[in-house]
Amino acid sequence: MHMLKIHNLHARVEGKEILKGLSLEVNPGEVHAIMGPNGAGKSTLANVLSGREGYEVTEGSVLFNGRDLLALEPEERAAEGVFLAFQYPVEIPGVNNTYFLRAALNAQRKYRGEEELDSMRFLKLVREKLKIMQISDELLHRAVNEGFSGGEKKRNEIFQMAVLEPKLAILDETDSGLDIDALKQVAEGVNALRSPDRSFVVVTHYQRLLDYIEPDFVHVLAGGRIVESGDKSLALKLEEQGYAWLADTHPELAKAELAGDRA
Amino acid sequence: MTEVQASRTPFVQAVLDAEGAEASEGTGIVWLDTARRENLDAFLATGLPEGRSEAWKYTPLRALAQRAFAPADADAARAANVDAAVFALPGVTGPRIVLVDGVFRADLSVLDTLPSGLRVEPLSVALTLAPEPLRFALAARHRRDAADAFLHLNAALARDGVVVNVAEGCTIESPVHVVYVATQNDVAWHARALVEVGQGGHLNVVEHHVAIGDANALGTVVSDFVLRDDAVLELVLIQDASAAATLVRRSHARVGARAAATVHAVELGGALVRHELTAELVGEGARFDSRGVFALKARQHIDTQMDVRHQARDTTSDALWRGVADGRSRGVFRGAIVVAEGADGSDAALSNKNLLLSAQAEIDTKPELEIYADEVKAAHGATIGQLDERSMFYLRSRGIPQVQARSLLTLAFCRAALGSLPNEALREHLGALLVAHLPTGPAEA
Repeated sequence: MHMLKIHNLHARVEGKEILKGLSLEVNPGEVHAIMGPNGAGKSTLANVLSGREGYEVTEGSVLFNGRDLLALEPEERAAEGVFLAFQYPVEIPGVNNTYFLRAALNAQRKYRGEEELDSMRFLKLVREKLKIMQISDELLHRAVNEGFSGGEKKRNEIFQMAVLEPKLAILDETDSGLDIDALKQVAEGVNALRSPDRSFVVVTHYQRLLDYIEPDFVHVLAGGRIVESGDKSLALKLEEQGYAWLADTHPELAKAELAGDRA
Repeated sequence: MTEVQASRTPFVQAVLDAEGAEASEGTGIVWLDTARRENLDAFLATGLPEGRSEAWKYTPLRALAQRAFAPADADAARAANVDAAVFALPGVTGPRIVLVDGVFRADLSVLDTLPSGLRVEPLSVALTLAPEPLRFALAARHRRDAADAFLHLNAALARDGVVVNVAEGCTIESPVHVVYVATQNDVAWHARALVEVGQGGHLNVVEHHVAIGDANALGTVVSDFVLRDDAVLELVLIQDASAAATLVRRSHARVGARAAATVHAVELGGALVRHELTAELVGEGARFDSRGVFALKARQHIDTQMDVRHQARDTTSDALWRGVADGRSRGVFRGAIVVAEGADGSDAALSNKNLLLSAQAEIDTKPELEIYADEVKAAHGATIGQLDERSMFYLRSRGIPQVQARSLLTLAFCRAALGSLPNEALREHLGALLVAHLPTGPAEA
């Protein structure tokens, strides 16, 4: 059985159709990269999968381990094992990072009928995961993402992923705004979390992230659909030729969509 | 006998009836009996403030005026079974004075082992032993204005209260716990508090309002805090009255040279609550800091009126208030700062931020700044907003259910006002009280 099966997904934002029949299947342990020009619907896909408000699904289905994902609240999706690493992690003053993470983990465990962790066992878990992400203790004692640098915010996302241990991680432009050192650190964290039963959907505009997180499959998202799929060589081809070559094989795509204009 | 206003509301009639029943029972202290009589006359002449009163504009008293409150039954108050657990507070162990329905209860109070330099006693006892030092406060005249109706009522009818004194240069470590318990229905109770910190003295006070059951009484409390030069007062106000209570308070701080008063206020309970918090910075270098949170739900109405007057050079005031309103509640915050002529070099800051958790809730906030001095630093601001959708989604995307996410974000919002409370155990407890009080249901559309 597929872990994630997206069939003919159509979605609107503020009345405008962004996803226009997107289909994608992800098996356990696979890493799928979704690439595409600006405005193609990459972030919309990430947001629809994680249940953000304001995204209206008009057609199609999303099954996650056989369950109708779209029928679930965001917190239920998280507890079922879906994790979204945000493109812009939110700063939440007044909420302690450790407290937040323990509340999240225990809420998920409670949903799944598992025993909640007391603070001792939780701290032990956190210490193990800190090593993976090379995050300093000090960040844990601060408010969630408050005053974090861009790199710290992204590393904190991956650190949360390490603690919550999702089945499916969606990385929404995790590379954006990172210098090469920060990018490497984030990629190392992701790679440390790869496992035969954990899948990744890596949404990115640039190929360079894929130098560090090697995908099993690369898909090109343009005009609200996946128009090309291949292995990692497809990413290299996009890097060399840009998105414009797609117009030759997909004349139905307007030039504007491939150029990344949001018009 | 007394001049009575033409349209006598049930509220006023009940006060008049009670006075008639009590007849001419005096205290034997001439100035006190006179002051009580004058204040009663003033109240009967003006009645409760009406809609046209600017100071009461956002807190209409029409419904209250239709209620008739009998005086609290003093014998019942003395006999009422009050479990000390209702006012137990972590981090607050030490002297305690408890008034039940406005009546002092020695059995619930802890006054036998006071540290040297500290005096805590019920007003009724202080009046018996040595009334003269209380004369200045108790015989003070208030302007004859309906806006001050509750001041008159309190001055006329309060038979007991709290007297706290700290001797010059004495530092009192453990906080003095002043507890007001309401137990009776359909009655009015009144209490008067007089707190004075001598020169260079240091005092912590926790004023605590609680109830047994869902008492729908009216309570009035008028408190004076006098800080002599170089004195320090840390005052924590915890208003956790019953959901049916009406509570009207005036707390006035008079701050001397280089003295500093800090107030942390948490307003949780009550159906109709008004707190007038006023401060006069009368000595050079005096300081008044206030931090407060009011959290409302259902049909609660909580009104905080803060008034700070800088009357001397180089005085400082800093106010940081947070309001949260859910359900069909209404919160009112007015923060007025006046920097008087001659109070040069003063520094005044006021911030009031509010969170509306439901479309039917309402918050009225009004910062006011009047400056008549030179080289003054002043900043004030007020905002009203909703929970941030992005933050909500971030928490939920990590598995935190909506109700818990709302509560977490709301508490985080309030924490700005409580974070500076030095007593950690008490701070944690107040955070927990807020969480327990805050809404747990989904947002109303």
